[in-house]
Amino acid sequence: MKFRQSPSIGWTLTRQQALLWAWPIVPVIAALLFTAGLLVIFDTSPAVAVQAMYQGAMGEASNRLSVVAFWVPLMLASTGLLVTFRAGLWNIGIEGQIILGAIGASWVALRIDAPAPILIAIELIVAMAAGAIWALFVALLKTRGHVHEIFGGLALNSLAVILTNYLISGPWQPAEGGSFRGTAPFPDKALLPLLSESRFAPLSLLFAMVAFALVVIALRGTFWGLKLKALGKNAYSSFLLGVSSKREIILAMMFCGALAGLGGAVRTLSWFDSLRQSISGGIGFTALLVVMLANYNMWLVPFIALFFSGVLQGGITLQLRTQLHSSLGGILTGVMVLFVLLFSDPRKLGITDTKMVSDHGPPEVRGQPLDPFGRDIPEGD
Amino acid sequence: MDDSELIRFLASIVLAATPLIIAVCGETITERSGVVNLSLDGTMLMAAMLGFIVALETNNVWLGFLAGAGIGAFFALIVAFGNIRLGASMVAVGFVLTLLGDDLSAFLGQNYTRIPGPSIIRGSIPILKDIPILGPIFFDQDIVVYFSFVLVGVTWYFLNRTQPGLHLRSAGERPEAAFARGVHVNHVRYLYTIVGGALVGIAGASYSLNVKIGWAEGATRGLGWIALAIVIFGGWSPIGGAMGALLFAATRSLVTVLQKSYPEVPATVFLALPWILMIAVLVLAGSGSLQRLVTFLPRSVQPAMSRILRVQPPAALGTTFEEN
Repeated sequence: MKFRQSPSIGWTLTRQQALLWAWPIVPVIAALLFTAGLLVIFDTSPAVAVQAMYQGAMGEASNRLSVVAFWVPLMLASTGLLVTFRAGLWNIGIEGQIILGAIGASWVALRIDAPAPILIAIELIVAMAAGAIWALFVALLKTRGHVHEIFGGLALNSLAVILTNYLISGPWQPAEGGSFRGTAPFPDKALLPLLSESRFAPLSLLFAMVAFALVVIALRGTFWGLKLKALGKNAYSSFLLGVSSKREIILAMMFCGALAGLGGAVRTLSWFDSLRQSISGGIGFTALLVVMLANYNMWLVPFIALFFSGVLQGGITLQLRTQLHSSLGGILTGVMVLFVLLFSDPRKLGITDTKMVSDHGPPEVRGQPLDPFGRDIPEGD
Repeated sequence: MDDSELIRFLASIVLAATPLIIAVCGETITERSGVVNLSLDGTMLMAAMLGFIVALETNNVWLGFLAGAGIGAFFALIVAFGNIRLGASMVAVGFVLTLLGDDLSAFLGQNYTRIPGPSIIRGSIPILKDIPILGPIFFDQDIVVYFSFVLVGVTWYFLNRTQPGLHLRSAGERPEAAFARGVHVNHVRYLYTIVGGALVGIAGASYSLNVKIGWAEGATRGLGWIALAIVIFGGWSPIGGAMGALLFAATRSLVTVLQKSYPEVPATVFLALPWILMIAVLVLAGSGSLQRLVTFLPRSVQPAMSRILRVQPPAALGTTFEEN
């Protein structure tokens, strides 16, 4: 879609251009106002809430380390989603892939005995494999079973939660019994070395950075990245150009699953010290929001993820201080993404006087039809 | 299990299927017009929460349903407006609304969890309730259950036998052709996305006002996604969808019975069954094996059955139409 620019004279910034330039901040402010309104309804001063959230996210060194510790698995999941979104896939199943990674790491920690570095290496490899296999199920359901990845992913998310609860209350129940909240803590040598008195493992930061760098290189600079982009833009054209769509779908999903699994391992081996009921803490869904908000600009992903991590950690402190439900952090991030999705283009809102060129064209249908059976994958490879 | 117990069991399945049937009808209407409203799970949570609170505060169940329908229509309006007017992705907006509905309902309903509230009074339908077996199962329920039966029939008739229904379907199948014939494709899509959303809202309210009375965080979580899957399984037909909803509710109830009979099997195994069933059902619908089964039926009912089992999505489902 093209837009007719309003004429500008020399270097002076017209009111229009200033508005367009400053626009991205508007949905964000609207989201903040919306959340502040909710607080007022519940008789809480937004100023108090902001202060509590700020304290929770940035107050002391331990808070800041918690934000980073939460950011690492969020970043790993978001990085994986960059790959699947590029291939045009809605990997809602990432939540389950994170959980399976945690289960894989826990299995090694509970069942295998080895010196610390080897044990941790095995844990991480098994976690990545477990996440990738869970993603492979979604991919195979799409390519072979004609089940859209949204439905396959959702079902596998629920199954992963059920599997966790089964393991915690059954075979992996702590010896003292009774607890439905988690397994017994793993031995110290099975855990990632933590920075003093925090839940942050410096090693995990390295994973997140390496994974992000690899994905940026893969998507920007390799033939595989180009193939995924072609697949995501138009599956049929890319098929005609010789891209094996089924193979690329499976590869992209498994790659994302492996990174999500690694994120799950980081959760269980540093944030917690055992397999817990809420092992993922909604990181997969938050990562989907992060990548949607970044909207194909992958350089924004680390910063948005850090911001969301701060908001969600701040939300927990807010709950402790004001007794308000901790879902406020999720509301703020969700509303922000919704407003950006809806209002990111001021020209569509008729706020500026630039007219769309296509306003006088013939009627047209845009976008690929959604096929819930995934039969839009070209056959024949 | 004696006869009266079995009948009570079957009646409880019909009651449990009610929110699903209403939601499936609503989403079927929406999707037949070409719009995917993926926000069902969040919408139903919001409607269940809001419907219960409004009914409790006003002591009027009908206002509760009205509030549920209102919030459902509003969420649907966001999806339609976002896509038609603002060019945002339906899937993205719907998915974010799902997450948002979950968090918002938990936040707004935080002071109303697990408290008793009003519900609909049961009332049997005079003559119909005396039909042996079927009477007590279907016609000794409450008015929302009867509404769901009527809704299925009305939706089917509307879609297949009326001119506005034809316009609705044409907007979802061939928007350009519909436009050339004078149908305001986007007006039609706005209208039926909102109508469908309102029905989904009624479905959510019916959960907290007559299936499992009261509000708890995440009360209907998962139900919206299952409704979306049943729309596919039902082949975008209200009758197929209602069958799917009843089948699903029956399986779920059967699972609780089995759980009591086999206490040695871990309860979690039974919890997994609905999801495995959902996948199995989608694989079945996608493979076209249901249509192949039709060939085994008598020739006279084959066309009718294959129409009911039509598992072809609306051709323009999920596309944006620019009238210009």
